Amino acid sequence: MITELGHFALVLALGVALIQAVVPLIGAHKGWENWMALAVPTAILQFLLIAGAFAALTYAFVTSDFSLQLVTMNSHSLKPMLYKVTGVWGNHEGSMLLWVLIVALFGATAALFGANLPPSLKARVLAVQGAIGVAFLAFSLITSNPFLRLAQPPFDGQGLNPLLQDVGLAFHPPFLYLGFVGLSMTFSFAVAALIEGRVDAAWARWVRPWTLAAWIFLTIGIALGAWWAYYELGWGGFWFWDPVENASFMPWLFSAALLHSAIVVEKRESLKSWTVLLAILGFGFSLIGTFITRSGIVTSVHAFSSDPTRGVFILGILAVFVGGALMLYAVRGRAMEARGVFAMVSRESALLLNNILLAVSSIVVFIGTIWPLMAEMFFDRKLSVGAPFFEAAFTPFMVVLAIVLPIGAMLPWKRARLGRSAKPLMGAAVLALSVAALVWAMQSGKSALAPTGMALGAWLISGSIVDLWKRTGRGGVAGRFSRLFKLPRADWGKGLAHSGLGIVFIGISGLLAWQVEDIRVAKIGEPYVVAGYEVTLESVNRIPGPNYISTQAEMSVRRDGREIVRLYPEKRIYPVQAMPTTEAAIANGLWRDLYLVIGDPQDNGGWAVRTFIKPLANWIWAGCIIMALGGLVSLTDRRYRVAAGAARRKSVQKGVAAE
Amino acid sequence: MKRLALIFALIATPLFAVNPDEVLQDSVLEARARALSQELRCVVCRGENIDESNADIARDLRLLVRERLVAGDSDAQVLDFVVERYGEYVLMTPKTDGANIILWALGPVLFLTALLGGVLYTRRRTAANTGNSAALNDEEQARLAAILKE
Repeated sequence: MITELGHFALVLALGVALIQAVVPLIGAHKGWENWMALAVPTAILQFLLIAGAFAALTYAFVTSDFSLQLVTMNSHSLKPMLYKVTGVWGNHEGSMLLWVLIVALFGATAALFGANLPPSLKARVLAVQGAIGVAFLAFSLITSNPFLRLAQPPFDGQGLNPLLQDVGLAFHPPFLYLGFVGLSMTFSFAVAALIEGRVDAAWARWVRPWTLAAWIFLTIGIALGAWWAYYELGWGGFWFWDPVENASFMPWLFSAALLHSAIVVEKRESLKSWTVLLAILGFGFSLIGTFITRSGIVTSVHAFSSDPTRGVFILGILAVFVGGALMLYAVRGRAMEARGVFAMVSRESALLLNNILLAVSSIVVFIGTIWPLMAEMFFDRKLSVGAPFFEAAFTPFMVVLAIVLPIGAMLPWKRARLGRSAKPLMGAAVLALSVAALVWAMQSGKSALAPTGMALGAWLISGSIVDLWKRTGRGGVAGRFSRLFKLPRADWGKGLAHSGLGIVFIGISGLLAWQVEDIRVAKIGEPYVVAGYEVTLESVNRIPGPNYISTQAEMSVRRDGREIVRLYPEKRIYPVQAMPTTEAAIANGLWRDLYLVIGDPQDNGGWAVRTFIKPLANWIWAGCIIMALGGLVSLTDRRYRVAAGAARRKSVQKGVAAE
Repeated sequence: MKRLALIFALIATPLFAVNPDEVLQDSVLEARARALSQELRCVVCRGENIDESNADIARDLRLLVRERLVAGDSDAQVLDFVVERYGEYVLMTPKTDGANIILWALGPVLFLTALLGGVLYTRRRTAANTGNSAALNDEEQARLAAILKE
């Protein structure tokens, strides 16, 4: 019964979304205030209905209602409760429902907190958001309905893919969707602005929080995925340039670019039409990502479903929305002439360079992702584009970006003198170069990777510190210190996010350049030495888990005769899915992770074991967290709150004409 | 009983990519083998190289690579040997010939074009400075006043 209610709510939501997409748009065109005002209640109602449908599906998963096809195929009565709940979006249909829920959530949020938006802009934004809702609700109901019943329910389900039964991965998709769909909000703002024919500082101020939020979610989502791959897959890789990973990385790069160009629109009224284009492309690449993941057109480790009709449907959505928006852009884009004036060396031009680097690097990722497909279709060549291509073609852009970033971040608006602005950074540059020299001298194999990455990281971090310090003005150190904490949160957010990026640089280069790997047959009780660590396989035991059987090893690690840690790597078998997984045991540390994996028993006694020393691995995750934190701090900046507050007062005075 | 048999069958499934029995004694050769393994794709997997994959065919390929290295082949000869049998699909780094030039050149070409476009745009913005940029017209004045009043 609850299932049917959920199904019904979803259909109803489609109807409401249709009204939300059409009526306010006409209202805004004709200037009918009551038609425009309909956008708010429909946006909220649409969200409530989809939330109801989502709750119904969650209920079916939690109670293991195997009369539902989706539950049977993706759940099992013995599964731990947490994974019953996360199993709701651990499959194509359920994740699509989560997707439309988030589309509606963003729409409802904009409706509730958008009191300061001009009524016509607000109506148009919500209408476009409603139209996106219509498209994906129809997609969900027509091609991937989660509420289908089975005529003959089985006694038990087929279970969730064991690899997905993991905390890191359970929360990886929701964050990614929040990011992908967050970009739908900026897209709606862009299209609404194109219809209105006006982009100004106020528009940028409304768009920026949404972009920032989407970027934060994408950062967390991508980091969670990388972290999961690191500890779950059993060889400590964290990024594979897999099509699906690229699908989330491209929108991240675009949203980072949009984030920066919106600052120029907000503060200097330049780069308007470029910013609108970025907003359209950002969401376009989210849709392309969805298409890649769901159509199965590009083979990937974790492609979701391989159903061509679904692929065609998403391609249709992509064509209508992005094609339509680009057409609108071609007609109206010129109307948004830039106003601000700036010189060749200025903050504006530096941000423009940032945008060029981010957008071009994103397109490099894109071409690498789809090239196998294009080569086969147009040139009849079956080939692969693997990690080496991306490392060679993508990384240089990031290196240039990191070199330019600290200087660009300190340039004044309008017109700058490079020498003068770069002067305070002399210390940072010297520090970075000495880091490079030190690392070069320290390492045994002379690769350029570690010195370059470390130097860039040091340059980014120290550059951010110098930038923050310069902002405190002149005067005594004590006075500047007290002013440091009174700086706008946007400044702190910027400093944090840029330092986070520096930390990621250090982490990745350290891990890739210096990791030590050892593969061997270990006999129980016989110690072996890897990079100064003495590892002993103490014992191997069979241990039953809730829905798996585990082969668990007990291994001790000693250094200088002292035991530093005892680790328990596991190998699990999930009988329901007949699938083995590795559970690496990791001793995390600031400077290195000890990473142990147990393999198969050998004929001559003993076990295959892999031992890794992974230097600076935690710096990668820490850097991502700091980046996201920087975004969050920036999001709470006073100017967003003040703008919202001021408008609320105004609307109270006017007595809300629409009602 | 049947279930137990299944479990034992599964325990026997190799979990590792590179197993200890594959590793060559000669550490220089082994390092070359590992590097080559990262350049070769496992043909039945989805985007994994043979160094990461635990599929049987990946293991066979790893052993083949080591065999060729022991026989004295150079790195390029080993790659050619494998490509001859499995096609260029096995190469993780796409070749730079023919249409693949588009793939490799797109990034740099696009970057230079965008850079040029950016410079031209900035020059226009700079030039606007000398003209009549600063003055607002009446409508803009009115809007500015409205915005400031908020």
